[in-house]
Amino acid sequence: MPNAEEIKQRIEAGIPGASAEVEDWTGGGDHFRATVTAEAFAGRSRIEQHRLVYDVFGAEIGGLIHALSLKTQSPR
Amino acid sequence: MSDTEHNQIREAITQAISEHETILFMKGTPDAPACGFSARTVAALQALQAPFAAVDVLPDPRIREELSTISQWPTIPQLFVKGELVGGCDIVMEMYESGELAQTLGVDGDGADEREQRDEAHAVAPGLTQIENRLG
Repeated sequence: MPNAEEIKQRIEAGIPGASAEVEDWTGGGDHFRATVTAEAFAGRSRIEQHRLVYDVFGAEIGGLIHALSLKTQSPR
Repeated sequence: MSDTEHNQIREAITQAISEHETILFMKGTPDAPACGFSARTVAALQALQAPFAAVDVLPDPRIREELSTISQWPTIPQLFVKGELVGGCDIVMEMYESGELAQTLGVDGDGADEREQRDEAHAVAPGLTQIENRLG
């Protein structure tokens, strides 16, 4: 079962320069909420930004990780 | 499960996306959403009184599989406007709050006819249900 810290580390490892804040939304280890800040998001649409994060987890999204709610932003 | 069956579902999805200016793939129906994320997305569209078609992905798991293959988006709901994926629940809610959603949908929040929305919502499902029945 993934935990919030593991999700955070994987996002930060998967997207160079990203920093993530992750919380376990329900405490059940399958609904997470993440705010991700990364230079890589600059100039990309929201859809593309979210896809970059989803891509870190592949088929786990919708599977083991039932939901990963995202807020993405590029650093100011 | 043959490739032909998958292709039929994929075709029906592609067609539904191209035939409806605003279409939401969701869990459950607008009247009875089966997931909080779908419920919130429907609520945002209804708050803007935007007419939209809706497809329930739950009756056949292949609908969701094929949809995600087409859209390259892993989760449900998925909102399409004019053939383009706008986003899932997070993006739709962000856009709703910023006013971008009304802009994308071309509504000002008080112009649309709710009856039209209901009629359209029911018009799409039969196509995909038919496929499900034919394969079932």
